[in-house]
Amino acid sequence: MEVLKIATAGSVDDGKSTLIGRILYDTKSLTTDKLEAIEKTSKQRGYDYLDFSLATDGLVAEREQGITIDVAHIYFSTKKKSYIIADTPGHVEYTRNMVTGASTSQASIILIDARKGVIEQTNRHFFINNLLRVKDIVVAINKMDLVDYSEEVYNKIKADFSELMSKRDYQDQKITFIPVSALKGDNVVNKTDKMPWYTGEALLEHLEAIDKADIFNVGTPRFPVQYVIRPKTEEFHDYRGYAGKVYGGDLSVGDDIIVLPSKTRSKIKDIYFYDEKYETASRRSSVTITLENDINVSRGDMIVKEGDLPTIDKQFTANVCWMDTDELRPGGKYVVQHGINKVLAKVDRINHKIHPDYSGFEKDVTGLGINDIASVTFKLNKPIFYDQFKNHRTNGSFILIDTQSNNTVGAGFIQ
Amino acid sequence: MKKDTSHINSLENEAIYIMREVAAQFEKPVLLFSGGKDSITLVRLAVKAFYPAKVPFPLMHIDTGHNFPETIEFRDRLVKELGLELIVRNVQDSIDEGKVKEESGRYASRNMLQTTTLLDALEEFKFDAAIGGARRDEEKARAKERIFSVRDDFGQWDEKNQRPELFDMLNGEIDLGQNVRVFPISNWTELDVWSYIEKENIEIPSIYFAHKRKVFLRDGMIWSAEDGIVYRDEDEEVIEEMVRFRTVGDMSCTAAVLSDAVSISKVVEEIRDSSISERGARIDDKRSEAAMEKRKQQGYF
Repeated sequence: MEVLKIATAGSVDDGKSTLIGRILYDTKSLTTDKLEAIEKTSKQRGYDYLDFSLATDGLVAEREQGITIDVAHIYFSTKKKSYIIADTPGHVEYTRNMVTGASTSQASIILIDARKGVIEQTNRHFFINNLLRVKDIVVAINKMDLVDYSEEVYNKIKADFSELMSKRDYQDQKITFIPVSALKGDNVVNKTDKMPWYTGEALLEHLEAIDKADIFNVGTPRFPVQYVIRPKTEEFHDYRGYAGKVYGGDLSVGDDIIVLPSKTRSKIKDIYFYDEKYETASRRSSVTITLENDINVSRGDMIVKEGDLPTIDKQFTANVCWMDTDELRPGGKYVVQHGINKVLAKVDRINHKIHPDYSGFEKDVTGLGINDIASVTFKLNKPIFYDQFKNHRTNGSFILIDTQSNNTVGAGFIQ
Repeated sequence: MKKDTSHINSLENEAIYIMREVAAQFEKPVLLFSGGKDSITLVRLAVKAFYPAKVPFPLMHIDTGHNFPETIEFRDRLVKELGLELIVRNVQDSIDEGKVKEESGRYASRNMLQTTTLLDALEEFKFDAAIGGARRDEEKARAKERIFSVRDDFGQWDEKNQRPELFDMLNGEIDLGQNVRVFPISNWTELDVWSYIEKENIEIPSIYFAHKRKVFLRDGMIWSAEDGIVYRDEDEEVIEEMVRFRTVGDMSCTAAVLSDAVSISKVVEEIRDSSISERGARIDDKRSEAAMEKRKQQGYF
């Protein structure tokens, strides 16, 4: 069984929470006590139907205002897969949560209200999913019951959305359109007979068929050293293990490697996972590696295969999504956390702001406000070892930390 | 090949990564240990993360004084076998010092009182990170929780102003006085935890398995009538049933379920088919729809 992480995006009242509630209900993932709680509250509020959004909106303010404020994580499984849904808020001011949700997801569902069609928000949701290079996108055209299950409405929205697609930067993204009614359960888990003109899959059918191998970007192996394990016991007297997670590709015993930044050469001697030895560590596994030579390696160093070096530089340009109410300005100093590595950085210049609704660029920008996206050049106090985001999702991304508040104030994708 | 293909392996890889980040980013972390299956799972993950070195942080148990005796016995044995350091702080001491007041009545519980003892202990030892076994699938306020969750000087959770967490990157930067609650098994479900316990052959306290127990019924839930901890009205009749516990919190807020699952594989089977959620047997969550959110704002873990 595999895990598939999915992010959802939609505007206020597009029915995102209802859709998730519907998936949970139709896959029988809601337990009796949770269902009873939903029934009770729906009845108290005088609704004619079960309000499934009650299953996901976990904060008091969310239930009061009937909106989703913060990313919620929802879990369910079928016989085939385990799913984690990051339910992200649709309001314009919560773009940062959408970026967050999409960053850990392999697929996204973008919701469109069939009555409203493609709106400015839809552009934004698509833009972010494309910027973050989410491989599989489902455009769920919801509330089809309110437009008499009209094929015309569906086709119009599809045509409008296709216009957006022609402007996208990341062309390999797979996009599927599905007409649904979350409220009535049409084409969510079960195919409906209300739209005989639609011959495609129901939403869950589509998710079930996604091949995980297709979704993860395969690149070159990168092994950032997270922690040096030195037991200093009788039994493991000279043991020096480098603990970390393998990103991008596999590493095997005997591989010729280079340790950055020192550029020292060595070979992989052993690969451990707990007390067992392995020939190969596949990507995303958290292993411990020992090297043939006794060389000095510490946290923040990176082990890479020989002939496969990342860029080693003290400056880079990246698309930045700004997430703080205080502006990002040229000259501003931040901590760049690139994987596990932290370095001090200075904003050299803001090249241009990117309108996330595909309406173009803005030059001569003096600062970035919350939810702005822009191309920014940074200078660092020491070099980092990076790949372009388009080639390496993990080694091409970073977060920005405010040196005063310690908050995560931005995310960046290296160009 | 060490692979990440199966569901449970990828959750394990993620949790081990988080354990190592805690050890690297903080000066004085601690693992909050209750003797329950989630914290036992955490201990296993910590051991695996740092092997062959020993776990580089102690365990701490906030003892409500209302624990199942089986849990305490198990705790002491586990710590000894693995050579771990254990700190115990008692809610009873907080009551005796007049910092908290014991609740009274039918639904009296020490669950809420734990928060004060926990915050005091974090301050006493100057712990800057506390690893907990909370999972997002447990409860809907927990579904909003981060993996690194920053708490202010008062241990409070500011749910509307949480740090975004992107990709694998965990930002553990804090000011003096603040601390971070860390949840390595955030993305695990109850079934995942049980599947892992089965796969790894991890020992757990006996009360998780079906056993004969003197119990009484109230509000459709089954309460332990042994040890005299749970308040019982005289007209609430004591009966003997085959039961097991799905969570092992404070006895006064943890109800049992009827069960004949005597082995881990039977428990896994039972949970897979269960129609009641894990916390459905926790009276502390039933106080109100926002019970968990309120407790978390006050510093509950």
